[in-house]
Amino acid sequence: MTEPLLRVAGLVASYGQLQAVRGVSFEVGAGEALAVIGENGAGKTTLFHSLCGLHDAATGEVVFGGEPLLGAPAHRIVRRGIALVPEGRRIFPSLTVDENLRVAEDQHRRARGGAAPRWTRDRVYQLFPDLGPASRRGGHQISGGQQQMLAIGRALLSGPRLLLLDEVSLGLSPAVVKILYQALARIRADGVTLVFVEQDVHRALAFSDHLVCLHKGTVRLSGASRGRSLDDVRRAYFG
Amino acid sequence: MQLVETLINGCLLGGLYGLIGLGLSINFGTMRVVHLAHGDLIVLAAYFLVVVLVPAGIPPLAAAAIVVPVMFGVGFALQHLIVQHSLGRQLDRALGRGVLPPLIVTFGVSIVLQNVLLHYATADARTLQSSLASSGVTLGGVAIPTVRLVDFAVGLGSLGLLLLGLGRTALGRALRATSDDLDTARLVGIDPRRMYGVAAGISAATGGVAGVLLAATSTFYPSTGSEVLLVAFEVVVVGGLGSLVGTFLGGLLLASAQLLGAHFLGPSYGQLTAHAVVLAILVFRPQGLLPRTAP
Repeated sequence: MTEPLLRVAGLVASYGQLQAVRGVSFEVGAGEALAVIGENGAGKTTLFHSLCGLHDAATGEVVFGGEPLLGAPAHRIVRRGIALVPEGRRIFPSLTVDENLRVAEDQHRRARGGAAPRWTRDRVYQLFPDLGPASRRGGHQISGGQQQMLAIGRALLSGPRLLLLDEVSLGLSPAVVKILYQALARIRADGVTLVFVEQDVHRALAFSDHLVCLHKGTVRLSGASRGRSLDDVRRAYFG
Repeated sequence: MQLVETLINGCLLGGLYGLIGLGLSINFGTMRVVHLAHGDLIVLAAYFLVVVLVPAGIPPLAAAAIVVPVMFGVGFALQHLIVQHSLGRQLDRALGRGVLPPLIVTFGVSIVLQNVLLHYATADARTLQSSLASSGVTLGGVAIPTVRLVDFAVGLGSLGLLLLGLGRTALGRALRATSDDLDTARLVGIDPRRMYGVAAGISAATGGVAGVLLAATSTFYPSTGSEVLLVAFEVVVVGGLGSLVGTFLGGLLLASAQLLGAHFLGPSYGQLTAHAVVLAILVFRPQGLLPRTAP
């Protein structure tokens, strides 16, 4: 059996006394899409933050591309190929839309000795035609849907092998969500592995190969998404 | 006519005041650190120029060109070796230890710098002896000391360079991103320690420019840093925290208030008038003239 791209085993992450993630284990193979579902406070965001180095009080085993990951600072983890699209998009407000993309591209070039990244700003503008006309506007002056597109584009310009998306569709209109998932399908077809949090269980099941359902920091359900009944998921979701 | 002359002189001196405030503004804007040794770094630069470089036979202009990069190095090193440790986990996580540790540490740096200067350079008054200090020009019947014209031109030029650098370069984008949102900056691959070091270096380099102008404009002592810091504080408060253009305008307003106060009320009322303006701004427009627009 080939080594998965990401292997998480017994991950524990806490805030002081409070354990937000209590022994989570799962694997993601290269090119796969894994949906992470669970109610508020289930530990989804803490899990993602632990994987990309923003939460440094995490223990357990995380192996990415055959090498251990925990303990590395966030800016190094990005260079190794994990990019996060954070909850709330976190667009840099004092940078324009184009600068939000460039700032990620700059760092990627710097880390790779000036080599052109696989994803370029042109490709991001092709992927999200709505961003082009807004490229000179401030990061805080665009719609929520455009912000999510920009956050995904910014993450792509880091040249990730694994893209983590925290709350893909939260607060966005169905039309925008459709565009986002079409784009994610193209990103996946390009060879990027996806791990995403999605509250819409139908969509999560339809788009993913595998599913992990978290409840109070532990894995309640995991396995293939295909053929999974909604009742199964619902039971795991609500504990 | 005298009023016009005072106003023009005030605006010109404001160039230096604005420059003094810029360094503090950069430090605060990027790191949320109120650098209490900023005034002493400016005075350190002035001493380096007047006590070390000029006596070594280096012409003042060439000496000034040495001071600025050296001060960048001093600021960068000070940040990496000392100030960074007071930030603790702020660099690794959004939650820092709070504002107090960097305040205390930079206050300590200030005390050490003042005493080092006192020890090695004595308490004697110093100034840069140059033809600039005594010469003047007359524009449309208004007499202006050349040194004030230089203060203004160099201050404005520094502001322009900073804005250009922050707006157009990869480093500038990374600095603004770090200032906006530290965690997200780390997510796109920015090393916060490097950014903080560079910001502290740029801040100290503007302090180097200000130190050269200070040496050419007035006399200074090892303790002058505290007065300079007060000017920097007031300029930043008047201008608006974190806004470079606002900071520079704050410098113009403060210097004008000072010279107008001295003109109308008597020489000893200059500083008092400036302080009164700061007080009025704090009461009626606490966000300053041009606060940062971004949240």
